[in-house]
Amino acid sequence: MLSKRIIACLDVRDGNLAKSVKFVDTQDIGDPVSKAKEYYDDGLDELVFYDITASSDARNIMLDVVQQVANQVYIPFSVGGGIRTVDDANKLLWAGAEKINVNSAAVVRPELIAECAHAIGAQNTVLSMDIKKVEISRHFPSGYEVVINGGRKPMGIDALDWALKGEELGAGELVVNSIDADGTREGYEITLTRMIAEAVSIPVIASGGAGKPEHLLEVLTEGKADAALVASMVHYGDYTVSGLKAWLHERGVKVRMRY
Amino acid sequence: MPIIVDYDAGNVRSVQRACEYVGMDATISADPEVVASADRLIFPGVGSAESAVDTLRERGLDEAIRAFYASGKPLLGICLGLQIVLEHTEEGNKNCLGLVEGACERFNFSDRSVKVPHIGWNEVDFVGSHPMLDEMQSGDEFYFVHSYFAKPLHEKNILGTTVYGEKTFVSIIGKDNLFATQFHLEKSGKLGLKLLAAFSRWSASC
Repeated sequence: MLSKRIIACLDVRDGNLAKSVKFVDTQDIGDPVSKAKEYYDDGLDELVFYDITASSDARNIMLDVVQQVANQVYIPFSVGGGIRTVDDANKLLWAGAEKINVNSAAVVRPELIAECAHAIGAQNTVLSMDIKKVEISRHFPSGYEVVINGGRKPMGIDALDWALKGEELGAGELVVNSIDADGTREGYEITLTRMIAEAVSIPVIASGGAGKPEHLLEVLTEGKADAALVASMVHYGDYTVSGLKAWLHERGVKVRMRY
Repeated sequence: MPIIVDYDAGNVRSVQRACEYVGMDATISADPEVVASADRLIFPGVGSAESAVDTLRERGLDEAIRAFYASGKPLLGICLGLQIVLEHTEEGNKNCLGLVEGACERFNFSDRSVKVPHIGWNEVDFVGSHPMLDEMQSGDEFYFVHSYFAKPLHEKNILGTTVYGEKTFVSIIGKDNLFATQFHLEKSGKLGLKLLAAFSRWSASC
């Protein structure tokens, strides 16, 4: 039986691990390579790196981080942030990433998803969506809107429509990130996650809001997510990956326990 | 020297890194002569079997892999490298290498909530005995990414099975000097590396 995945998300800025609160204030909290290794040794199922670096100079630092991680960590890992072309994706894959995450650039130019799926395989092309709750209207029948640029720019696109379009264009997995829940540590957006997970036939990774083990349990059962993304709750040492997995396992969630 | 077959089907560098980690210094090559004369061969691959088979043929690598298999030296197939050693795949209705009798089919579930591709960590139940599996325990989990699964004709070629949805499928195939996994042992953490290390020591003379 397939296990539910616990995925740690590391926001990297200029080569340092950063953590955001509601996508605005970010602070640096350590070295992403050693954190990645620590989580890997502790039974993590998968890693995601988001490059939140603004300048293009620092992009090479990210490639270096990816390379160092790839030499020590033998689980799948994906990289997102600033990927605009197949060439960007290929550079990251060559550095050692397994999958790439496209986000803002795909909203602006949806063909990017198809181009990446064609060039590097649908299974390696992850569509990451930043989503904000809005009033249900004719324009937003799902009650959720796609936003970009770290949550700052609303795009006037219905979130459920975008998820289905992303799947159709060839995305192999979806990251559903709730901007409202991000950094709050008050729980994932269950309604949103479940709505998308039930509508698409590709795996859905829930993101944003994890603060307690109960939140993971909720999103992996009621929220129907295939995987749960964690960040603050493990970065600050409040919880460990192995501790979270053991807790979920005791409550009947199928997770990988031998590692 | 151990060789990793390069035919533009996925991240051969991941495989090379994992080999390096377990002390196997493997070279990536797309040259049929190098492939045929390797002393240990790793045949990885992700993506579409259809285009993978075409590329293998264009580069003469299909014959090189057949020749290598016939030499009796250890051959490791990973993911597409398991599917393509069979005779046929439903993906693009392609004839494959035919080293193992059987074919590949697409997952097709009546329950729509069972997602395809099968992505993630899943358990393997080991069947029978094989020198590479001495240290493995049924229930060990490995990382899978695939939409098609192998149906080898002979039960004796089945070394491992995995359950997904309502389906039990073959996740490890073994025949003579060939050992092939549907899962990515280069991305399956410490247990995957352990299996890769076992391959680096395997003499295939069983």
